[in-house]
Amino acid sequence: MPLETRTDPSRLAGERPLLSVRGLRKRYGEREILKGISFDVMAGQTMVLIGPSGSGKTTVLRCLNHLETPDAGTIELTGEPIGGAYVGEAARWTPLTESQLALQRRKFGFVFQRFNLFPHLTAAQNVAIGPRKVLGLSREAAEARAAEQLARVSLAEHMHKRPSQLSGGQQQRVAIARALAMDPRLILFDEPTSALDPELVHEVLDVMGALAREGMTMIVVTHEMSFARRVADTLIFMADGHIVEQGSPEAVFSAPREEKTQRFLSHILNR
Amino acid sequence: MTIDWAVVEMAIPLLAEGTVTTLRIASLAALLGLTGGVALGLVSLGGWPWARWLVRAYVDFIRGTPLLIQIFIVFFGLPLMGWRPGEFWSGVIALSLNCAAYVAEVVRGTVGAVEKGQTEAAKSIGMTQGRILLYVLLPQSIRPMMPALTNDVITLLKNTSLLSVISVYELTRSGQAIIATHFAPLEIFALLAIYYYAIISVLSWISRVIERRLPAW
Repeated sequence: MPLETRTDPSRLAGERPLLSVRGLRKRYGEREILKGISFDVMAGQTMVLIGPSGSGKTTVLRCLNHLETPDAGTIELTGEPIGGAYVGEAARWTPLTESQLALQRRKFGFVFQRFNLFPHLTAAQNVAIGPRKVLGLSREAAEARAAEQLARVSLAEHMHKRPSQLSGGQQQRVAIARALAMDPRLILFDEPTSALDPELVHEVLDVMGALAREGMTMIVVTHEMSFARRVADTLIFMADGHIVEQGSPEAVFSAPREEKTQRFLSHILNR
Repeated sequence: MTIDWAVVEMAIPLLAEGTVTTLRIASLAALLGLTGGVALGLVSLGGWPWARWLVRAYVDFIRGTPLLIQIFIVFFGLPLMGWRPGEFWSGVIALSLNCAAYVAEVVRGTVGAVEKGQTEAAKSIGMTQGRILLYVLLPQSIRPMMPALTNDVITLLKNTSLLSVISVYELTRSGQAIIATHFAPLEIFALLAIYYYAIISVLSWISRVIERRLPAW
C-alpha cells in the first residue's frame, strides 16, 4: 500500500507523541463515563475508537478539546497541557479561562455527528468564519482559504449554497472543510457518518481516507469497521469507560485478546 | 344617546397633532429600547457574572413595578440628578428603559434556545462567548424573535398614552384637552381608540412584511 502512510517505526522510537492522554476521568452525576483513559497519538497517525454505545468514546473526544471538562487526568498537545496550566512554584493545576481555552481549541478540529453547520451562512461563509473572526484574516484571505478547503472536499461548485440546500454527505464535508480551514494540529471525528443515509456514507469516508493519506492526524469514533480496518494506524476498543484493547487494526480484528472485544466484533461484523 | 358629530369632525384634525408626537416618542423609545434590550439580553447570556446579576436585577425591577411609577421616577428623579430633559425626553427615557427590560427577556429566551450544537461548533473553531453570540446565535434568532418583539413595540406604543400624566402632548393628552373644552368624553375616547387601533394595525402589517422578508433557511 504505497499511498497509505503507516506510522514510521523510526518516529515511534524517538519522537514524542503529538497528543498524550493520561488517566482521563469523567462522571455525570452518579454515572462514571470514563474510568481512566490513557493513550498517545503520534503526528500523522489515524487512531480509531470503536466500542458499544455508551462506552464513552464520544466523551473522550469531547474532553480532548474541553467541550466537556474532564474530572481528572491530563491531556497534552505537543507537550502543552490542555485546559489548565501549572502555576507558581508549587505548580498548582489551574483551569484556563474561557478565552484561553478558545485559543487552545483552535488546535483541535472537531467534526460532529450532526454536522452542526451554521444554517444562516453559506458553505463558503461557514468555512471562512473561523479564519475571519478567530484567526483575524482579511475577508479576501478568509474567502480564498474557504474556497481552497471546499475544493479539497470536492464542494467547490456548492460553495454559495446554504446547509439546507445540501445533502447530509455534502454538509458533513463542509463541516470537515470548516475544521481544516483553522489549520488544526489534529481533527477529532465524532461518529461522522452515523447521521447519514447509507448511500452518502462513502463520500465522507473517502474524504477522511484522503486526509489520513495526506498525513493529517485524526482521532475517529466510528462504527464503520471496514474504514477502521483500512485507515487506522491504531485501533482502540472501549467498553464501560475503559480501554479494553489497543493495537493495530489487523491485531485487534483478527486476534482480539479480550472476550469483550471478541463479542463486540462478532456482533458488529456479522450484522 | 346621540353622538355629537360636530365634535368628532372638529377633533379628527386636532388629534393628528398628538398622533405625530405619539409616533415620534414611540419610534425613539422603540429604537433605544430595542438596541438597549438586545445589548442587555446578550450581557445576560454571555457577560461577566456580576453584569448578568445587574441585568437580572434591572429586569426584575422593571417587571415588578408599574410603568406609571417608573415614568414618575424618571420625570422627578432626573432633575434631582441635575438634568432637566423636559417631559418629552423624560417620557422617551422612561419608555425606553421599560421596553429594554422586556426586549432583554425576549433576546435571552430566543438566543438561549438556539440548539446547543451551534455553540459547540462555534467553540470548536475557537470562538469566544462574545463572538459566538454575535456571529452565530444572534443572527439565527432574529426571525424567531420577531413576533415577540412586535408585541413589545405594540405595548410600547400603547404605553405612550401614560405619558399624558406628565403632560406630554401626545395622542391621549390631546384628546383629553378636547374633552375638557367640549365635554364629549365618549366620542373622543372612541376616536382615540380608533386612532391607536389604526396605528397598531399598520405596525403589525409592517412587522409581518419584515418577518416575511427575513431570510429563512
